[in-house]
Amino acid sequence: MTVPFLEAEGLTMRFGGLTAVDALSFRVEHGVIHGLIGPNGAGKTTTFNMISGFYRPTAGQVRLRGEVISGLHMYEVARRGVVRTFQHSTLFAELTVMQNALVGTHMSFRPNIFAALTGWDQEDRRGAKARAKEALDFFGLLHLAGTRAGDLPHGHQRALGMAVAMAARPDVVLLDEPFTGMNPEETNRMMALMFKLRDSGITILIVEHDMHAIMGLCDRITVMNFGRLLTEGTPQQIRSHPDVIAAYLGGARHVA
Amino acid sequence: MPRWLVWPGLAAALLLLPHGLSFSQQEILVFLTINVLLVASYRLLTLTGEWSLGHVVIMGVGAYSSALHSKLFGIPVPLSMLLGAGTAALIAMGLSFPLFRMKGFYFLIGSFAAGEVIRLLWKRFRDPFGGPKGLKGIEPMPNFDLGIWRFDFFEPVSYYYFALVVVGICLWILWRIERSPVGLTFHAVHWQDKLAEASGVNVRAYRTLAFVIASGFAGLAGALLAHYIGTINPQSFDVEQMVFVLTWAIVGGTATFYGPILGCIVLTVLNDIVLRALNEIARGTWLAVVDFDQARPLIYGLLLICSVLFLPKGLESVVQRLLARRTASVRAEEAA
Repeated sequence: MTVPFLEAEGLTMRFGGLTAVDALSFRVEHGVIHGLIGPNGAGKTTTFNMISGFYRPTAGQVRLRGEVISGLHMYEVARRGVVRTFQHSTLFAELTVMQNALVGTHMSFRPNIFAALTGWDQEDRRGAKARAKEALDFFGLLHLAGTRAGDLPHGHQRALGMAVAMAARPDVVLLDEPFTGMNPEETNRMMALMFKLRDSGITILIVEHDMHAIMGLCDRITVMNFGRLLTEGTPQQIRSHPDVIAAYLGGARHVA
Repeated sequence: MPRWLVWPGLAAALLLLPHGLSFSQQEILVFLTINVLLVASYRLLTLTGEWSLGHVVIMGVGAYSSALHSKLFGIPVPLSMLLGAGTAALIAMGLSFPLFRMKGFYFLIGSFAAGEVIRLLWKRFRDPFGGPKGLKGIEPMPNFDLGIWRFDFFEPVSYYYFALVVVGICLWILWRIERSPVGLTFHAVHWQDKLAEASGVNVRAYRTLAFVIASGFAGLAGALLAHYIGTINPQSFDVEQMVFVLTWAIVGGTATFYGPILGCIVLTVLNDIVLRALNEIARGTWLAVVDFDQARPLIYGLLLICSVLFLPKGLESVVQRLLARRTASVRAEEAA
């Protein structure tokens, strides 16, 4: 049996008396776009936070290629190849677009203070700059490289958040509601870029409310409700699944 | 003025400066030079977003350590200064373990408490710290002859030149650090520590690094001070001194490298030269009823309030506005 690429097993998170995520298990195959959906409060973002190391799970494990990554610090998870973006526009607002992307290259070109003082890190600096440029170019932000990130329009800020993640050359990228606040045109453009990323071998795990985007984008979807796994399948299966429809629209069983 | 002339011009001005000043002003100049290093090192710490209230005590660690190294072990003075800086950095490293479990306001208070603990240790232990009276008769810098200038380090001018060189080198190092990828990471930690961590930055390690480097340079500033005035006591590094450092940084602004330095220079000139001159002028006239010496803390506080109200971005914002037109034209050239 092969080791699953990314696997959550019995993942549980309790905040005091509230169980936000309850014994959630699912697997993500390598090189796919995997959606995590569910009604508000289903525990999607909490799950994300546990995978990325932002929260330490109350119980359960997250394994990457068989290695346990749950309970590690966020930067340690990132160094193993799992990089996340944040909801809203979490950016280095005071830094320029280019500097934002340069921070993203931190893992590949680890700064060294002695090299920086003596100037022996010129090669690394050039490499980091090239990598940052590449990531900005991919998301169509290169012409804005000198702009202060906080001054960008919202759609561009979202794209920059992803560019920062991509500059790290991750194996898995966790996107937390990347399409929020984007107009349909921007969403479509972003979807095309995500297919390109997937085809280059990056695994994408995505939490999103935009059903149009999720259904058109994902190879596989995991549905959560009240912190538990509801069902899993391809977009076609999910779309017509009675439990999913019931969870989103409030099915007859709940009404009664 | 052509650009290449700026640095040699500045160097020449700084070298000539003490010769146009009175003896007491020369002394102030030495302290000013040392304080510039102190406040510049403080800025490195603020780069990561943390404001400490223990920085002056850390400076004191450098001063005590350098003085004791030369006194107890007979280590020659310039070398003992480096040891003092190293000790300050080491102590900071130790303090970072409890302190960097906190952030923001809690760190501020924690650093104050840690500083007070160190200061009270100096007070409590007569041996080797000399208790409340502190250390006296600290080994001075050994004199030496350079041919063109005989360095007698009891002379403020000589010590000023020595401090100028040391502080110049330190500022250059601090500047290199800030402009390097390490400096960028400090900024990243400041503005969004969560995003920085998601990019693989070990946030705590970088906070510690900034704290340790800043403390090392503060320690060196303390050592420079100790071997100049020859006597230090716990009172020389109390929270009042810290408030001065904070005021320099706030009035100058911390967004740029030169902001805090500017604040330090402007306030020192105001405090020690303008006010003293005013006192001289006032003497013998009806203005003598106003004692400018006693009013000094009042004026200092007034300046702080005024700068927060009317220059919330500090003196540096004035300079930036003045330079804006020039940089705009430079940018246009670069774009073309």
